Amino acid sequence: MSLISGKKTIVIGDRDGVPGPAIEDCVKAAGADVVYSSTECFV
Amino acid sequence: MDLESQKRILELTEQNGAENMLVILGSSEGESAGLSAETVTAGDPTYAGPLAGVSLGLRVYHICEAEIKDEIPSDLYEEQVGMMEMVMDVDSIAAEMQNIRSQHSKF
Amino acid sequence: MNSVIKAASYVLMHTPDMIIHNGSTPATERIVAPDSEFLKKLPASIRSYDDVLAYAPNQTYIGNMTPAELGKIEQPWYDKKIDAKREGKFGEIMPEDEFILLMQICDVFDLVLLDKDFVAATKDKFAAGPAVTPEMAARVKEGHDAADIAKLVEKEHSEGLYFNGKLIGAVKRAHDIDINLSAHVIHENLVSKAGSVLALRHLVQNAGIDASEIQYVIDCSEEACGDVNQRGGGNFAKAAAEIAGLSNATGEDVRGFCAAPAHAMITAAALVKSGAYDCVAVTAGGATAKLGMNSKDHIKKGMPTLEDVLGGFAVLVVANDGVNPEINLNIVGRHTVGSGSSPQAVTSALVSNALEQNGLKITDIDKYAAEMQNPDLTKPAGAGDVPLANYKMIGALAVTRGEMEKPALATFPAERGMVGWAPTQGHIPSGVPYIGFCREEILAGKVKTAMIIGKGSLFLGRMTNLFDGVSFVIQANSGDSGASAVGEAEVKKLIAQAMKDFAMSLMGQEEK
Repeated sequence: MSLISGKKTIVIGDRDGVPGPAIEDCVKAAGADVVYSSTECFV
Repeated sequence: MDLESQKRILELTEQNGAENMLVILGSSEGESAGLSAETVTAGDPTYAGPLAGVSLGLRVYHICEAEIKDEIPSDLYEEQVGMMEMVMDVDSIAAEMQNIRSQHSKF
Repeated sequence: MNSVIKAASYVLMHTPDMIIHNGSTPATERIVAPDSEFLKKLPASIRSYDDVLAYAPNQTYIGNMTPAELGKIEQPWYDKKIDAKREGKFGEIMPEDEFILLMQICDVFDLVLLDKDFVAATKDKFAAGPAVTPEMAARVKEGHDAADIAKLVEKEHSEGLYFNGKLIGAVKRAHDIDINLSAHVIHENLVSKAGSVLALRHLVQNAGIDASEIQYVIDCSEEACGDVNQRGGGNFAKAAAEIAGLSNATGEDVRGFCAAPAHAMITAAALVKSGAYDCVAVTAGGATAKLGMNSKDHIKKGMPTLEDVLGGFAVLVVANDGVNPEINLNIVGRHTVGSGSSPQAVTSALVSNALEQNGLKITDIDKYAAEMQNPDLTKPAGAGDVPLANYKMIGALAVTRGEMEKPALATFPAERGMVGWAPTQGHIPSGVPYIGFCREEILAGKVKTAMIIGKGSLFLGRMTNLFDGVSFVIQANSGDSGASAVGEAEVKKLIAQAMKDFAMSLMGQEEK
């Protein structure tokens, strides 16, 4: 069973890791319903 | 985790039901991934945000974990994450995520 | 003809009391968890001025050590003390009491009121500072009664100014209703302005010019000044130029989060190359909100609170003199709206795309300065080693593009990069801390080309989800300075001086 497909998905990206929009593109292609996306910044 | 993000996560989980939720992280290393994962499962470990003392137990993965990576079209993953994956310590991140999920995730 | 970099200055201001009272992390904690362990442990975790001077990354910032020398010291650095000096060839590390007087002289609206005993005890010390002019010292105002200051803070919504834990002054709000002129905002803005003034004064000294020669100032900090009808109306640049005595200058503010200094440098280079101005200063002061930003993590790990200094810098961009390193505006990297946000898309946009358009490879650039955050501060906070991650990405891109063999990846960060030494003051680490060293290394023939990269988290402003960044290349002067250039003897003199400076810096001596 798919982990991602159809899930209400929250994306918490990282400026110095993988940013939110990059993750969003990936999980949307796997069928996620992205309900929130943000990118954290520690610097 | 940012307080506004915590607030949105709480609201969205109440609206949609914890069982329907999935959280995907992009943290640059294991420890910070673990802290974010803990926030959306056991509650905010820093006791600063709306998730302090709130155990949502959500499904939470890092974008580089095999379970997630395998479901993403490989070309797209390579384009969006591939090079960052070379820079990050994926094993340490995956171990930390596994550790938090086994303790606190309800799904 | 390309513009050149004539001088750079770097200043730090140690403000321990402002960490507690004005840092965003402690301020937020006071609201959400006023009885927390963190707030109890914070005061004891803060370092003394002497410890801040003896901290190797800080000595690197003001020019007493090179990044290469810093890289030879085993990390972490906070538990190792080195020779502590207030002054370096690029600037100084100012103590908090003098900085509070600097804030007072930057106030033109009678908003900063200081305790009379504090002013009396500090004003001579302030006037004796290495970059304080007699005109600046003459601006110091006499103090007020302690009771009046306490009343301002307790009853009049003023922001307290503290030294050694004691209330010694207040910043008043500039309007009763307008939140854009609240005491908090005025305090934050005066701090930024004061840091910029200090950086500009050191810049004038380092360049050996008269302050009146500067025609244009570009401020690239992260604050906004204005009132209810124009919240970000701006011109910190001209405000700082006034106090710094740059009587012939006007200016503007360039904003772009941490990427702003790189945007400002490109703007300055373009203004000079176009002929609009001959002498432009890029400047920025520091950000109080970021003091102690990651202190929760530092304290949790038993470390001192390391984000204990405000940063400032200034760079002088002038018409080509045939000697100083040039800014090559043909190689400008841009992260565009359509670039995409993946780390490789960002790195391609900022590094390889611009090089490729000029027929160059990643390995054609000798040194890269991306985000020079001090890893001592960021690693415990979960952000990793930011410069190292940048170098790994640039190296990986070179391998992907077939410009470098994969085994060379391991040595790429050490060969083409350096360790980070800048405080996490947002805009301050963004490529620009290297410009001072870069100028010297290019003049000494050690480096021929360097790329300065600025990156900014625009998404934090909630107006876009986009990231941003720009880059530019500094290169050795071609020697073709045109008709108005300095004579051959002058060129030889400048080169000799630069070689001497570089040799002195290698020997670890303070250049005077």
